[in-house]
Formats: sequence, structure tokens, C-alpha cells
Amino acid sequence: MRTGLGGIPRWVAAIAAVGALFVLLPLAAMTTRVNWAEFLPLITSESSVAALLLSLRTSLAATALCVLLGVPMALVLARARFRGQRILRALVLLPLVLPPVVGGIALLYTFGRRGLIGQGLEVLGVSIAFSTTAVVLAQTFVALPFLVLSLEGALRTVGTRYEAVGATLGASPTTVLRRVTLPLVLPALLSGAVLSFARALGEFGATLTFAGSLQGTTRSLPLEIYLQRETSPDTAVALSLVLVVVAVVVVGFAHRAGAGVHLSAGLRS
Amino acid sequence: MTLQFDARVGERGFDLSFRVAPGETVAVLGPNGAGKSTLLNLVAGLLRPDAGRATLGGEVLFDTAAGAFAAPHIRGISMLAQDALLFPHLSVLENVAFGPRSAGVRAAAARSAARDWLAEADALELADRRPAELSGGQAQRIAVARALASEPRLLLLDEPMAALDVSVSPAIRRMLRRVLADRAAIVVTHDILDAFTLADRVIVLDGGAIVDGGVTAQVLERPRIRFTAGLAGLNLLTGVRTVGGLVGDDGVELRGAAAEPVAVGARAAASVRPSAVEVSLLEPDGTRNRMRGTVRDLEPRGDLVRVRTEVLSADVTPARAAELDLAAGTPVWLAFPEKALSVYPAG
Amino acid sequence: MKATTASAALILGLGLALAGCAGGAPAATGRSASPGSLEGSITVFAAASLKGTFTELADGFEAEHPGTTVELNFAGSSDLVTQITEGAPADVFASADTKNMAKVTEAALADGDPVDFATNTLEIVVSPGNPAGIERFADLARDDAKVVVCALAVPCGAATSTVETATGVDIAPVSEESSVTDVLGKVASGEADAGLVYVTDVIAAGDAVEGIAFDESGEAVNTYPIAALRDSASPEVARAFVAFVASAAGRRVLADAGFGAP
Repeated sequence: MRTGLGGIPRWVAAIAAVGALFVLLPLAAMTTRVNWAEFLPLITSESSVAALLLSLRTSLAATALCVLLGVPMALVLARARFRGQRILRALVLLPLVLPPVVGGIALLYTFGRRGLIGQGLEVLGVSIAFSTTAVVLAQTFVALPFLVLSLEGALRTVGTRYEAVGATLGASPTTVLRRVTLPLVLPALLSGAVLSFARALGEFGATLTFAGSLQGTTRSLPLEIYLQRETSPDTAVALSLVLVVVAVVVVGFAHRAGAGVHLSAGLRS
Repeated sequence: MTLQFDARVGERGFDLSFRVAPGETVAVLGPNGAGKSTLLNLVAGLLRPDAGRATLGGEVLFDTAAGAFAAPHIRGISMLAQDALLFPHLSVLENVAFGPRSAGVRAAAARSAARDWLAEADALELADRRPAELSGGQAQRIAVARALASEPRLLLLDEPMAALDVSVSPAIRRMLRRVLADRAAIVVTHDILDAFTLADRVIVLDGGAIVDGGVTAQVLERPRIRFTAGLAGLNLLTGVRTVGGLVGDDGVELRGAAAEPVAVGARAAASVRPSAVEVSLLEPDGTRNRMRGTVRDLEPRGDLVRVRTEVLSADVTPARAAELDLAAGTPVWLAFPEKALSVYPAG
Repeated sequence: MKATTASAALILGLGLALAGCAGGAPAATGRSASPGSLEGSITVFAAASLKGTFTELADGFEAEHPGTTVELNFAGSSDLVTQITEGAPADVFASADTKNMAKVTEAALADGDPVDFATNTLEIVVSPGNPAGIERFADLARDDAKVVVCALAVPCGAATSTVETATGVDIAPVSEESSVTDVLGKVASGEADAGLVYVTDVIAAGDAVEGIAFDESGEAVNTYPIAALRDSASPEVARAFVAFVASAAGRRVLADAGFGAP
């Protein structure tokens, strides 16, 4: 591999370097404050482990939910044609730009005790606020647009020609979806799922407002870090480092996996 | 399995009806925008007509009056396009097995059938390759095998050779001829060689309507309209049958034999190959047929130059064209022997 | 090479500019006070629960000493401590508990000894109408009651824990919030049936909630200390403000809001 600027002007590279530093320096600065002597005991404490496991469990569940709901949504937005489609698309992507706390408040007004749907659920004996389910819902709410956006773009790019061929060969719409459409957009699906997972893992504002904070039930890792700031900044920094490492591992791993799938599909543009 | 088709698509100015008999291959000729792709898409079910009805083997494909529309995947009609469109994520064998498997055939049986069809398309050795590793010609063979493997009742081919190298097309054409022999098929093409090789019948489209049609040799060797003559590369003259030949609408008397019986006095048409026409500046002597014309343009074609006038086209050598100093506007005499003129009914 | 030097200069320049910006926080204009007239501007870091009272106190101070300006910064006590120890420009610190103030004094950042100026006790808060029918502290341990409290790590959470231990009542909350505001919010919206917050918070929340006092609240009294900070640019003004808060006038304002005497 030959290294080089690839034809971009040097001043552009210089600014890019500054931008990269802007992101990397705070991470480095955080690493320098880690109390390495106490690191292991801090991150293996009961509350830390509970928070980490809860975060992983809920983020995985949220990602699964995002895929389940997001794939059909992306398909409809990319393929179907109906009135008000643009508006629907903008609304569905709203959680991307909404402050998470606002999302949490909205979820509360929907699923809370006195919420739109929550009221009915309470009557049935189902209580969502303050439960782990609430954490999953909050994470899904903020992470869903990532998957939908990623997949919709890929669906548009791939186009409908292969699907038309599949149909003329006798494959029903469901078979076409299963054997033609989804395999063709698998890289985008994977990268969208990874983005959703990372977003769910880091979700804070909506969780705090909607789900509450109780060890083992609703206190995810970001919430635990927020709390530990009060008494033990060392713990907060240590856990922050754990979160960063987990995120880097997940994103890096899935990025390579997605690239691998892409190569084997041998997609011709 | 007879295809009966009748449809209209308003915004494309498309309006036509036709039939395909069982086992018959019909070629559809016409310029770009004539509606050839629209036709195929309507038959395949990838496009809905504004009005019309079509049946295949008695089963309704669409009937706007009754509000019926059969989805593409249940019509039993396979389509092959210029672009092979092999599924990139599946191997060649899995591509060909796609149709059978979609029909519910077990994987092993489907693969075995796929191998048979690959053999039929002379492509069995490519079974384990990936589409990205194939050349254009190879991919098109696989596409044919794939389309056939789903055992369609009707096969649609949309300019199958258009994207291929000239060196590769003959082999594909031969393969298609073999494969389409007893099969109902519609082949859309620009190339009359495809029509001659593959089709029993030809229909000519222009502006969304059928302007000519009939048995291939008939339509392409004895065109009745200027358009078809142009497609076939022939000169067309129209007039009234005389005992010795034809008197053109411009009054010029021409001598020639009848290729088909035409009553004297009836409307007739006659074709002349450009290669049989000679160009001169002075009136030619002898008993050949002759006409006057003015050069419109000159088109180099291989080792000849096609001289187009408002009445006839003639193929001359470049040396001859230079010798006569031909250019647009030059008045010339065009001559051809009696035997080059074929007269047939104009109807 | 020219281009490389230019790029290096660009990076260096940007870096210096950023550093320069960082140092540009509003600095207190330092002028030594002439006897009888105080002049200068100070920034007071105060716990969130002091918002209403300190705003009033700041106005009163400025009225008494024209020529002074008091800027206020409200946040959670531990957040403020972090900012102060990282070098934020504060002149006075008023904490919601002695533990956080200790961090400041231990870091030798205080100017003199802290002064206790108020106390706060806990009160049960319920949504209007008291739908769960809470009457006593022990009711908070009921299975059917959804109770929200502060997390142990924050001052009001520590106080809650102390009362629990003292009374032997073990509350099983549905959530442990990081701030009193969040506890109040969840009770006011009806998500939770009851919560434990400070007396002052209940008064400040007005009609949004109902307060239920309980006898055992005396078991956990939170003491609020205030101190001038060593690196202040207007030490005279800072000390004067501390004295003002601790004075009888200051205590009246605090008492009106529900704070107890120190």
C-alpha cells in the first residue's frame, strides 16, 4: 500500500489533522486521569458490573428491536410511493436531532402511568416506567433512525432491477425479500445495526427521564458514570474508559465484518 | 399456451394487440421509444396498463375491466434483459437454481436441474463461479439458463445481444436458436439478423402501435412500408402492377418479376437491394431500370458507401463516390437490372 | 518546503488561538476596597437547591453595596467542586453539604474557614391529591407505593439513607435519581407516588406537589457551609458576601424559603 495525500492539498490535510486532534485529545486526556492502580477493583465492583451487564443486555435488545422495526420501515420508505411520504420520512428521522431528554419526556407522556398508551397498560397490570423495558424502549427510540437511514440509502442504491428479475423467475415478494433484497443490502444492514448498538449503548438523556435509575434494573453504564461523578470521579473515569473501549471494539469488529460481506457479494456498481 | 394481448398505456401513447401462438417465437422490431420495452414489461407484469386484457393459455394476466392483475411471480413468464442481472451474491449454479427453488423444489433437485440447464446453455463448466468473475457473453448464457430453469410458459428477451461483443454474439445467437426452437417467446431486437435467426414472425412497432407484421422472411424481404424497409435495409418502391413490372407513383416505368402473384392494375410494392443499384451522372444506356434522384447524404458502411437519395439508396465503392464527386445536392441517375426488382402485393 | 511550513504554522496558530480563548473567562476586576465602599465583581458557585434564595441574596447584597456585582452559577455540589478544583474562576462556594466543602478545604482552596449558614431536612413529597394515601414515613416502604429517592451518592440521598437506618424502615425505591429536581419531576408528573426531597424543594415547587412532614426528619440534618475562595480576584467582596449570607438579614431570606437555622 502506497501512502500519500492522494492529491488533496496540504492545507486540507492540515485542517483534517486538527479535526482529528479535536476528537482524539479529549480521549487521551481522559486516559491520563485514569487511576490505574485502582482500575480493576473500580470496574469490577458490584455496581459497575451490574451497570455494564445491564447496558449490554438492553443495547442488544434495543438493536434487535431496531432491526425488526427498521427493516420494514426502510423498505417502505425506499420502495413504496404514497402521499405524505416525505413528511413521514422526516418525522421518523426526528429522534436523530431531538435532544434525548426531549425524547425521554415524549416517551414518558406515551408509556408513563398517565401516558397515552401507558394508562391503558396500567389497567392491564402492565407498568413500563421504571422497568428494564423502559430502558430498551428509550434506547430503541434514539437508535432506530440510524438503522433506517443506513438501510434506506442502500436500498435506493441497489435499485429494483434484481427484485424484478426475481419476480419474473417466480419468486413471491417475501422470497424476493429474503433471497434477493436483504442479502444485497446486508453490509448496510450490518453497519446500521452497529451504529444503532453504539447509540443505544451511549444513551443517557432519554433513559434518565423515562426509565429512572436503579442498580441492576435501569441504571445503565452512562447513568452509573453520571452518578459516580458525585462521589468517586476515579470510578467515573474508569467506567468511561470501559465504555469507550467497548464502543471501539464493537464498531471496529463490525466494520471489518461488514467489509468482508461486501467483498464476497462482489457487487458490481 | 397462446398469448392474447391487448393493452393501452395513455402516457406513452401505447396501444396495440397481438397474439403469440404456442411454440412460436415473435420478434419485435422498432426504433427506440417505439414501445418495445413497454410491451415486454406489460406482458411480464412489471407495468400496469391503463386499459386492456391479456391471457396466457387461457389464464388472465390482466384485465382492467374486471380489475384483475396477476402479480409477476405467478405468471410463469421469464424475462431476459440486455444486462444479465445475475444475482451477485449467489454462485452461478445457485442463480440458475433460483427459479426452481422459488417454486418449492428441494435444494438438491433444484441444483441438479440447474446443471442440466447450464449444459443446455453450453455453460456447465461455469457452475461454481461467481457472477463477478464472468465475461459478458458467459453471463448472458447463464441468464438464459436461469430464465429457462424456471420452466416459463413464455420467454421474453429484451435485446439479448445488445451489450455483447460482436465476436461473442454469434455463439449466443446459435444457442438461443436451439433453445427457442419449440418455445413461445417474444424477442425485442434492433438487429434483423436476430429476427431472421430466431423468429417465426415479426411485428414492427412505431410510436406505440404495430405498423407492420407477418412471417419473418415475408416482412423483412418484402417490406410494405418505408419504415420496415428501412429496418431491413432495402429500397421500397410503391405503385401499380403492370404486365412487365411496376409503374411507380411518380410515373416511372420499371421492369421486374413478381415474387408473389399480383393482379395487373392492383396496388403493388417492390424492393431493391442497395447493392444492386448503380450511380451515374449521365443517363445510363441499356435496358436497365433507371430513375433520377438527388443525393441527400453519403454514409460509409464498411468497404462501401451508401448513397442516399430521395428515391433510392445505392451502395457504391468509395473510389466510385470520389470519381463521381458525389455530395449532398448532386443530381444523379440510379440504375438497377430487371432481376433486382421484386414485385409483390402492397396490401 | 513552503507548504509544510505553512501547514505547521496553521496548526500552531490554531492551537494558540484556542489556548488564548480558554484563558479568556471573565476575570474579576480586582480593586482593593476603600473603607466604607466595596467595589468589584464576584462569581458565586452555589448548590442547585440554593437557587431561589441566593438570587434574592445577591440582589440584596448589590443593593447594599452599589459598585459590586454578584454573578451566580448553580449546579450540583459535586459538579461545582470538580469545576473549582480544575481551576474555574470562582470567588465564593456555597455547598449543599459538608462533605463537598471538605473536598475544597482539603485542596487548600478556601480562604479561611467555611461558615455554616443554613440547614435543611427531608420531607415526603406526593403528587397533588396524594393518590397513594401516604401518611407516615413508614408508608414509603409499602409494596404498592412507587417511591423515588435520591441516589446515595448525592447529599439528599445520604440523608435519606441516614433516616432509613435511624427508623429501621427500608424503602425499596423504583428509582434512585442523581438530583433532587429529577425526584420532584417524577412525583409531580404522577409517575411516582411519593419521593423524598428537601423541605425547601417542596416549598419551591408550590402547587405542583404536596408535602408531608415526618417526625424522623430530624435524624438527618443537612448543614450548608459557605466559604470564600483563596484565588478570588476580589477577596474583600467575597468575604463581605459570605458575611452577608451568614448575617441575620441573610438568615431571614433563607428561613422564608424553608431552610433551618445553622
